[in-house]
Amino acid sequence: MTLTRDEVRHVAMLARLGLEPGEEDFYAEQLSAILAHIDRLREVDTDAIEPTAQVVQVGSRLREDLPEPSLPQERALTNAPETKDGFFVVKAIQESEP
Amino acid sequence: MKRRELSAVELLEDCLGVIEREEPRIHAFVRLSEELARAQAEEADRRFSGDGQVGPLTGIPVAIKDVLCVENVETTAGSQILRGFRPPYESTAVARLRAQGAVFLGMTNCDEFAMGSSTENSGYFPTRNPHDPSRVPGGSSGGSAAAVAAGEAVFGLGTDTGGSIRQPAALCGVVGMKPTYGRVSRYGLIAFASSLDQIGPFTRMVGDAALVLQAIAGWDRRDATSVDRPVDMLSSLERGVEGLRLGLPREYFEAEGMEPGVRAAVERAVLTLERAGAELVDVRLPHTDYGLAAYYIIAPAEASSNLARFDGVRYGARAESAGNLLETYLQTRRGGFGPEVRRRIMLGTYALSAGYYDAYYLKAQKVRTLIAQDFERAFESCDAIVSATSPVVAFPIGAKVADPLAMYVCDVLTLGGNLAALPGVSIPCGTSEGLPVGLQVLAPQWADGMALRVARAYEAASNGS
Repeated sequence: MTLTRDEVRHVAMLARLGLEPGEEDFYAEQLSAILAHIDRLREVDTDAIEPTAQVVQVGSRLREDLPEPSLPQERALTNAPETKDGFFVVKAIQESEP
Repeated sequence: MKRRELSAVELLEDCLGVIEREEPRIHAFVRLSEELARAQAEEADRRFSGDGQVGPLTGIPVAIKDVLCVENVETTAGSQILRGFRPPYESTAVARLRAQGAVFLGMTNCDEFAMGSSTENSGYFPTRNPHDPSRVPGGSSGGSAAAVAAGEAVFGLGTDTGGSIRQPAALCGVVGMKPTYGRVSRYGLIAFASSLDQIGPFTRMVGDAALVLQAIAGWDRRDATSVDRPVDMLSSLERGVEGLRLGLPREYFEAEGMEPGVRAAVERAVLTLERAGAELVDVRLPHTDYGLAAYYIIAPAEASSNLARFDGVRYGARAESAGNLLETYLQTRRGGFGPEVRRRIMLGTYALSAGYYDAYYLKAQKVRTLIAQDFERAFESCDAIVSATSPVVAFPIGAKVADPLAMYVCDVLTLGGNLAALPGVSIPCGTSEGLPVGLQVLAPQWADGMALRVARAYEAASNGS
């Protein structure tokens, strides 16, 4: 499996990774080499095999859904680049006004 | 310390002296927490004078990998994207050490978000191997391994997702252990691949690794994958290998890229164990050749999801020049993540994306089932499996940086233990080309004590102590 420049650009956008100019080729080449190795998985017959969903068998565990103390709001906000009135501040989702 | 022959403050000053001498040469720490350490050492000495509980780790200096949150101490996962992050809460493993009275020297260097096998992918600088500073210490927990090997710390904490404790332990000539998945709570560990990550110790002696694991292991209500089972790492430690069956997987001895000197050192170690009373049996792990491929789908897929949270909104660095939210994401993640992290996020995102999920992710999880079944079958005829930890000794800095796949092959003997959730110990077993070689002991799930027991038996047989 080889990755094209367009696929690299598409995947980078899905992952919200900005690319520097020229990086599409760099990553297309490296990811294609890694995928070439990974393609050996096709040799394995897995028709009757269940995928691993839980690596250690512990089952589902539930607890009572009771309110209890958690991280106070001001502590949760201490590392944020920008806050206002107890909220995280982000840039506008739309383009900013010119 | 109990006999008051050495105080915690004296031991700390001794470590700080070694750090001052060695750090310019090996760069094991990304930041020191001297002030905190001094306060903790003084507190430990107060405990020894009768003011509180004393445990085996009270007053003992520890080096903590930069992925384990220490409350109010900058913790960055070796990444620029978390620069300045001071966790408002503490990881459970660290909290348990703090409760015992351990002394926190500082945060150790690692590959960014624990992705790598050489510590060269750190967002800060590479760490160097104390045995030869022109070579890597292994990774991703290379800083903790190097700190313990150089005598800067009495023990270290690391994390192991595909070999990131055992491989640097092997390359630096110290003991390193990855416990059974679920043994140690992952609460407060900055996640790489959640179904594979486990926290464990670096020490110079096996008995000390058992003491550290005893302290940090056990169920934690904050990690739903931690398991409520009795934790007894100590009672069987000295029982030896008389009557135990040790499995030798041919696939691991004939692994691609295995250096002859490494193989020879491991074969000598196996003979030592046989002379100590172990029975050697051949076992097969037929899907070994597919482990690397399955791992490099599963781990990046989980990473691509886990690392989505680093977006410049709630913590860490933010690109300030962006005009809108999408640009904030793109620029923050362009400037904040290094090339290996970006590579793995893209690989994982690709494997999970529409049209490729079945071919890659689902297929890899099925192969993971087969690899776990290989180990189950092998453990029907043996109590533990022994092999090399790494097929190679410490390599020169820069040797594998341009070829990701060559770097990934470093983990070929360790990542099976992560895919199958097994406990594994790496213990020094001589040298090749003058550099340390590690012997890996893998045991069935929850038989962490067995892995430690075999490692301890080798340690005792090889140096007579």
